[in-house]
Amino acid sequence: MLKTEELQINIGPQHPSTHGVFRMLVTVDGETIMDLKPVFGYLHRNHEQIAEQNTYLQNMPYTDRLDYFNSMANNHAYALAVEKLVGIEVPERAEYIRVLMVELTRILNHAGALGFLINDMGMWQTQLAFGMREREKILDLFESASGARLMCNYFRFGGVARDLPADFMPRLADLLKAMPGFVDEMERLLRDNEILMQRSEGIGILPRDLALAYSVTGPVLRGSGVAYDVRKAEPYSIYDRFDFDVPVGSVGDVYDRFLVRVEEMRQSRRIIEQIVAQLPDATGSHINPKARQNVKPPVGDVYGRVESPKGELGFYLVSDGSGKPYRYKVRAPSFINLTPLGDMCRGYKVADVVVILGSIDIVMGEVDR
Amino acid sequence: MPRLNAEELRARLSRDLPGAVLANTPLQVSAPPAHGPQPAKLTSADTLVDPTQIVAAATYLRDTLGYAFLSDIAVVDYLVEDIFELVYRFYNVEGGPALALKIRVPRDVPEVPSLTPAWPGANFHEREAFDLYGITFIGHPFLRRIYMWDEFEGFPMRKDFPRQGDKYIGEDE
Repeated sequence: MLKTEELQINIGPQHPSTHGVFRMLVTVDGETIMDLKPVFGYLHRNHEQIAEQNTYLQNMPYTDRLDYFNSMANNHAYALAVEKLVGIEVPERAEYIRVLMVELTRILNHAGALGFLINDMGMWQTQLAFGMREREKILDLFESASGARLMCNYFRFGGVARDLPADFMPRLADLLKAMPGFVDEMERLLRDNEILMQRSEGIGILPRDLALAYSVTGPVLRGSGVAYDVRKAEPYSIYDRFDFDVPVGSVGDVYDRFLVRVEEMRQSRRIIEQIVAQLPDATGSHINPKARQNVKPPVGDVYGRVESPKGELGFYLVSDGSGKPYRYKVRAPSFINLTPLGDMCRGYKVADVVVILGSIDIVMGEVDR
Repeated sequence: MPRLNAEELRARLSRDLPGAVLANTPLQVSAPPAHGPQPAKLTSADTLVDPTQIVAAATYLRDTLGYAFLSDIAVVDYLVEDIFELVYRFYNVEGGPALALKIRVPRDVPEVPSLTPAWPGANFHEREAFDLYGITFIGHPFLRRIYMWDEFEGFPMRKDFPRQGDKYIGEDE
């Protein structure tokens, strides 16, 4: 009988598979994980404190820097919260443009996330290059509309900063035409690979009741079999007009979370197709011309939330009647989704930790704030 | 599962947990100016509960009303009123808007019973509140700083935390 001893090791903070500066304090017995504690804060800049010194509009570009993969979704949540606080109406056309951008963001995020996930499993670079190739096409569209690829700063209170350029819709049509093939290809890359299936099936199981107790959101929660999507549960913007499904997993393992993301890309494409059909008939312009940008909301508190690609993103704002928020709180999905990481990794091997972390899909800009 | 609004929640709570619900009095957000018009006070329709009853009220929301999803815990520092207000936001996974529970604790003894033993999802929310506001959650299994380093003194999100300068520079001199 071999005598073993428990050992504490650090994974990170400087490690290529931690998706940023993120440390995991791991207790191992041989190759088996006995305990795991996530340690973070290396990127902490007290986002909320800085935001409380800014005016409401100054915070719009600052929200881009939370989840820098999905600046449009961050903009949307913040704009919704401020509009609710001030009482600003959004024209129909602006709503369509917003949802179009946010759904493109979801495709972009999932393409990148799945690429990184399979990268973490050891299929070095191939899948990542495929995902990034599609992401580039969407980023080009963002650039044509907003002027920036990543930090879009496209949303304004009451609409979006500028209308879509003339060549936007034809380019979008090209993208949509090529998209089903790309998504199928991405799914096949995992499904047809025996090694990758063994690395993902039955790994990192998060059961349904535990997922709920741990307050995880987004694809992680849906992968565990809870059909909870803010777009359906409490429709905001114009999501009640679109026909789409909420995919759910059954086991709650890495593979389920992968499949949920693949299916969400298909559903986002469905929503975008409906937008393309309905956008020409939408009334109003890209922004409410009466909406002031240097807002001074009345005294009150408000919580605005959206289904960002990573989960529920919410902003809790308290106004004291001045031009700066008295309290600005971000409910960051990546941050809360990390809570069950220790339970998800316990009992698996060291190499699985990297895959499980990849399947949660975190962005440290949002975790550390 | 019934979808409740704040008023129905207050009625249910005062029936089943007597003494838990407090009157949600308006709050003065910022210091009133020496002259000129007085700013309005913050009024809220959300349910204010007794801090000692927060675990019972949250468990009631989860087990009896089906609001099993604890989404967010936010702390607000009302310096003029000399209190911290904590906002707990619960959702029903079947859908519908949130039910919010608010509690108020004095700024000099900010002690709140922890939800983490009953609700593991509250773990990081409470550690964040402890780190940035110095709220002590009694019963939390691992109440350590989550963003700032362990040796850091002070709570950077409090409204009386110095915004200028860094007392750590030149401290040794």
